[in-house]
Amino acid sequence: MSLLGKLNWTAIPFDQPIIMGATGGMVLFIGLVLAWVTLKGYVPYLWREWITSVDHKRIGVMYIVLALLMLLRGFADAIMMRSQQAVAAGGAQGYLPPEHFDQIFSAHGTIMIFFMAMPFVIGMMNFVVPLQLGVRDMAFPTLNSVALGLTASGILLTNISLAVGEFSKAGWVAYPPLSELQFSPGVGVDYYLWALQISGVGTLMTGINFVATILKTRASGMTYMRMPVFCWTSLAANLLIVAAFPVLTATLAMLSLDRYLGFHFFTIDGQGNAMMYVNLFWVWGHPEVYILVLPAFGIFSEVVSTFSGKPLFGYRSMVAATMVICVLSFVVWLHHFFTMGAGANVNGFFGVMTMIIAVPTGVKVFNWLFTMYGGRIRFTVPILWSIGFMVTFVIGGMTGVLMAVPPADFALHNSLFLIAHFHNVIIGGTVFGLMAGYNYWFPKAFGFQLDERWGRASFWCWLVGFYLAFMPLYVLGLMGMTRRMQHYDVAGWQPWLVVAAIGVAVILAGIVCQVIQLVVSIRKREQLKVTADPWNGRTLEWATASPPPAWNFSVLPTVADIDAFWKKKQDDRRHQAASPKERHFEPIEMPKSSATGVVTAFFAVIFGFAMIWHIWWMAGVGILGAFLTTLAFAFRSEEETEVTPEQIARFELTNGAEIAL
Amino acid sequence: MRYVLLAVVLTGAVMLGGCNEGVLDPQGPIAEANRQILLNSLGIMLAIVIPVILATLGVAFWFRASNVRARYRPDFAYSGRLEVLVWSIPAMTVFLVGGVAWVGAHDVSPRKPIPSTVKPLRIQVASLDWKWLFIYPDQGVASVNRLTIPVGTPISLELTSSGVMNSFFVPQLGSQIYTMAGMITHLNLLAEHSGTYRGFSAQFSGEGFSDMHFDAEAVTDEKFTQWLNAVRSAGPALDPTTYADLAKPSAAVAPFTYRSVAPGLFGSITVSEMQSDDALCRSYPTSMRAEQ
Repeated sequence: MSLLGKLNWTAIPFDQPIIMGATGGMVLFIGLVLAWVTLKGYVPYLWREWITSVDHKRIGVMYIVLALLMLLRGFADAIMMRSQQAVAAGGAQGYLPPEHFDQIFSAHGTIMIFFMAMPFVIGMMNFVVPLQLGVRDMAFPTLNSVALGLTASGILLTNISLAVGEFSKAGWVAYPPLSELQFSPGVGVDYYLWALQISGVGTLMTGINFVATILKTRASGMTYMRMPVFCWTSLAANLLIVAAFPVLTATLAMLSLDRYLGFHFFTIDGQGNAMMYVNLFWVWGHPEVYILVLPAFGIFSEVVSTFSGKPLFGYRSMVAATMVICVLSFVVWLHHFFTMGAGANVNGFFGVMTMIIAVPTGVKVFNWLFTMYGGRIRFTVPILWSIGFMVTFVIGGMTGVLMAVPPADFALHNSLFLIAHFHNVIIGGTVFGLMAGYNYWFPKAFGFQLDERWGRASFWCWLVGFYLAFMPLYVLGLMGMTRRMQHYDVAGWQPWLVVAAIGVAVILAGIVCQVIQLVVSIRKREQLKVTADPWNGRTLEWATASPPPAWNFSVLPTVADIDAFWKKKQDDRRHQAASPKERHFEPIEMPKSSATGVVTAFFAVIFGFAMIWHIWWMAGVGILGAFLTTLAFAFRSEEETEVTPEQIARFELTNGAEIAL
Repeated sequence: MRYVLLAVVLTGAVMLGGCNEGVLDPQGPIAEANRQILLNSLGIMLAIVIPVILATLGVAFWFRASNVRARYRPDFAYSGRLEVLVWSIPAMTVFLVGGVAWVGAHDVSPRKPIPSTVKPLRIQVASLDWKWLFIYPDQGVASVNRLTIPVGTPISLELTSSGVMNSFFVPQLGSQIYTMAGMITHLNLLAEHSGTYRGFSAQFSGEGFSDMHFDAEAVTDEKFTQWLNAVRSAGPALDPTTYADLAKPSAAVAPFTYRSVAPGLFGSITVSEMQSDDALCRSYPTSMRAEQ
């Protein structure tokens, strides 16, 4: 056995200009960023204040930075797929051979779900939830940092696959038998497996952390029915993570056992049964959809209510609807494969259950509508995304229910109609929600607002681009075009695919606008500077300074109602708050920064890479290193640092919020 | 927002106009049922979705901050009546569509025989890497990448796979179904008009997937008999040896036929991978068993 397992120079595809170009570009970009950071002397600052930080706000921001980078990577894949399909008609083969095209659509799905949407959602929850709950940090701050590290490890492994070896060619769902050793002997599926396993552990940690935080550490007086709706939807999403992610871990572990140790869980020989994988995968997969979309629903609830200047309509209904979705999401998984030949009763049951989920979702849409009704709507960028969402999402929801009708699904399953449907709900729901949240909470995170004009431009490009890119796919699905085709021989499809490709170009313009928006806003940050409460907000995060101090609240808030901050503002019109000089501050204990997260992540990458390439000694080093790091953390003697009352008073004098709680 | 409406209208126009070769151009009762159920469900839902979209845009526009005529009601956050309405509208819609789904799942079950006075034609389908093998067990012939069927005769398909999972689908005849190694699925189809319909695999199965399509040719009874006679008189024989050759991975294979088929060959494709009555399959509830 070689010291480097299966790894040798042939793993790097020197003969593939597209891959080498992309790799070169990526390495160059990372190299330039690292060189710039080092030359400017930012390294110690980044290490001290960001990489080893256990502050939930910093961790949230880092998650979102990762997500935005992966959005670019996943979107690059999308551009390649759309352009390939726009040209590969008739006898033409396009510019991507199947070998390459299959990796691209597998990477696109994997990256967009696991490494764009998930980190974005988790980052948003990280930043917002403790602030909305009126607490100083997560229940387990260091665990939070480890979770971020493991997510980053998964991302790194996926991107290494571009340069070293290959990525999976079995689609983002990696159905066996195709993903078994017999049909996928390369390392691609192994990259997929270990990247997801490692980041999945991180996601599970996040789930546990949020459930503990929300259930156990709310501001005094904040009963469950006084929690902001975003906290409720986050709670539901994290309960789903805790319940569903272990299923994914176990399923992928079984596939790994098949591939590494010759087990027969899903193989076609040895009495394996591939359909068990398909069932288990979607037992995780459907709750995952709601893990992504519920927090987005929470963001829309906050945004619509804030910019309508009204409390959320039907708060109790909203909470009930959220929890109903949370439970029902576990009894609909079979609608992903009605076509496996199950009996009519089974298909009928899962079809009807799937539709029942549409009821609480419909309730939410109506409640947002009635929240706007009687409001005074300020058309800022976040509300534009929200209205764009409401219109788009009902179309996506409708096509979803349509495919929950088994005989309709028999005709539409795996077609581009399906692709259009789930992009309609994931882009129209999750991504629009995340963009609304990004624009909404950015001033809270950095103390200055994002430029409105570029924000509007990006919204309109995204919206128009989305409709241009995905409405043709609905049509193509009805015309009988199935997904994942590297080329096709039906000339009639091509015009629609060209329109879809143009749509992607328009979305690209939207992304470019967003980059410009960020750059312009940073340059104009003095002009765009905001106070604690730029939007006339309703929840506790707007009660503290922008950006908030490490300790979030100098004096922990007490809550007596929903929309606590709003009520306080109403009262304060009558009673002027005391000035910071007269206020009395207690010392605050804050968790100490810790390198545990980044060191664990380092060893996790070593472990994952070694497992992928069968370098067993190195895998041992990786797993042992990660374990010893955790052990060292467990034995440390000093856990917290103290923030003195003088520091707090100084902060309050310069940055304090006008409204004291 | 007008782009949204434009897109909706465009999509609607295409849907109603129908399009060639697709799901909306059925040539048999199953595809017709697929389409009818699809349109019925769509109709029920559009009745609620279109008003919601219009209401969203309307409310957002009317209650804009600059509109002095709109009444600001900062405390309007609960109304028992509206709550009832808000829960019952989607519930009633789902009740209707759910009914369509439940009844449809039973009426258009792939296993359900198509009522007809004509005796069904049995065809055994195996997906190989990356082509389709069609065996006519009662006629003793086989065909690769072309499915020839008589018009007006119910076709009773048994399907399996030599390895990777695929999905057998001829949109104009209706209802696709997975082909899975070691298992047999059942599908009943019928072509009402003669013609050539596009068939393909609707489940990604690896490198040659894009070329894994075939023509389903529905011909008159006479022509079908002529075709059978022609097939029987020429071409290779399908036996374990020639099957092993055929099963080797290859893509974009030009259609050809086998003049004879070794008895039990289809069964050997199925059992060579997994005993169909093994413990794992038996542990499935009967209703979920793909093989019976």
